[in-house]
Amino acid sequence: MPDRPETIHQVSENAFEVIERPVSAWERFYGNAALRKLVLLLVLAAVWEISARWYGKSLLLPSLSETLKAFVDQAGPLSQAAAWTIVRLLKGYSLGLLLAIVLTAIASVTRIGADFLETLTSMLNPLPSIALVPISLIWFAVSENGLIFVLVNAVLWSVALNTYAGFRGVSPTLRMVGRNYGLSTVGYITRILIPGAFPSILTGLKIGWAFAWRTIIASEMVYGVSGEKVGLGRYINDESNLSHTPGVFAGLLMVILLGLAVESLIFKTVEKRTVRRWGMET
Amino acid sequence: MNTGLNSSEPLLRVEGVTLQYQTGQRLIRAAYRVSFSVLRSDRFVILGPSGCGKSTILKAVGGYVEPIEGRILLDGTAINSPGPDRVFVFQEFDQLLPWKTVRENIVFALVAGKRLQRSEAVERAEHFLGKVNLTNFADSHPHTLSGGMKQRVAIARALAMEPRMLLMDEPFAALDALTRVRMQEELLELWEETKSTILFVTHSIPEAIRLGNRILLLSAHPGQVKAELNCPGTGESDGVARMLATRIEELLFDRKIEEGGVHA
Repeated sequence: MPDRPETIHQVSENAFEVIERPVSAWERFYGNAALRKLVLLLVLAAVWEISARWYGKSLLLPSLSETLKAFVDQAGPLSQAAAWTIVRLLKGYSLGLLLAIVLTAIASVTRIGADFLETLTSMLNPLPSIALVPISLIWFAVSENGLIFVLVNAVLWSVALNTYAGFRGVSPTLRMVGRNYGLSTVGYITRILIPGAFPSILTGLKIGWAFAWRTIIASEMVYGVSGEKVGLGRYINDESNLSHTPGVFAGLLMVILLGLAVESLIFKTVEKRTVRRWGMET
Repeated sequence: MNTGLNSSEPLLRVEGVTLQYQTGQRLIRAAYRVSFSVLRSDRFVILGPSGCGKSTILKAVGGYVEPIEGRILLDGTAINSPGPDRVFVFQEFDQLLPWKTVRENIVFALVAGKRLQRSEAVERAEHFLGKVNLTNFADSHPHTLSGGMKQRVAIARALAMEPRMLLMDEPFAALDALTRVRMQEELLELWEETKSTILFVTHSIPEAIRLGNRILLLSAHPGQVKAELNCPGTGESDGVARMLATRIEELLFDRKIEEGGVHA
């Protein structure tokens, strides 16, 4: 080994150019994702408006301002249609959740129940719910029940499968801790197993909601349901039949706004308050 | 029936207990006819190589595993299910409920079995958090804590439940060496204050000697009692501890000590 001298260095105290400084206004702006996206959105809106005006055929491509005007003019019927759609959606979603709870309970208790859930899920999950519309027309004729049948199918499988996987994923240690507390069976399920499985349950709820939202808009277009209870899907279809293209765009805008509101406001908020705060993100 | 009031009687009696468990296709016999007694305020350490069934024995005392032979008596009453009178501290860091803050983890453990009012539970939680120096972290969620802090919360939670026995399953095994030594010292300090009865499982000879006042040595596959030794305690000189360590090694690795022959 070569002979190496030891070295000891003097650490400088105040010779740095910058140790800390506030970031510039531009850096702050560019670091904000919401602001970046807002700017992007404004650019897209401008491109849309200009190109539509330049093209000049509002029957084919209405401009943004025409769409917004239709949105405001039609605010009454549009929000009425949205209300019907949401009421139906909530009925189907909650019935789907209820069935999912029953199915998960059976699957958690018996092995054959678990097999049943897994087999049925792998069969029905790849089937787009909209594909059930023809059969629901035969079974339920043109009625709200037919729509709800289609919706339940959209919600049930993803929620049940995720909830069941969530329960199975609760760690053995956590289970033992829970049993150590002297809780009742109900207490053990509600205070230990359900919160322990919550990340998966939330994922199931989110996927179920997304499926349901897409399914109801699509099936309302095919379905219509009887006259006075026009939903959003039917509304868009009707506007199209009347060749009122700005109305079609206004309907689509409503679908986007509502979808965004639920998916990003409600679910994001729940996520932030629970899973993310607990450090249980999957 | 034993009234449990006679304090010279052992708190826990394990009598000829054989344990087995199933993993997938295999049935594994973990312990064979193990007997020992734990007195009140003992720091009783079960020491053995991995696979000697020491954790399974602890789980049986906890009521999670049922013996296929023999019996386990706590104060003269057979153990048949888990309960808050025997609180576990695990090796795993995920033993705290991640959806509750540090304080709520302890409070929930106290009110869950309807044993305490909430206000009392909060007070007791604060008290024991103070004892493990985590008062400042009462409102944090477990995932923001380090491994050592999580184990301290688990110990505080277990002590707050005031169980008749503390069952500790290698609680410091997953910690870094420096933290482990600190935690061992803290545990001894806490024991000095509370004099809780501790049943402690470990595979580390130094840890057993540092913490225990009595050490049960188990052989591997399936675990059988090899020896039950007294431990001098922390006040003693290093020399005594080193001699005990040598003796334990000889017993565990089956070297003859009678003839004084093999000293590697």
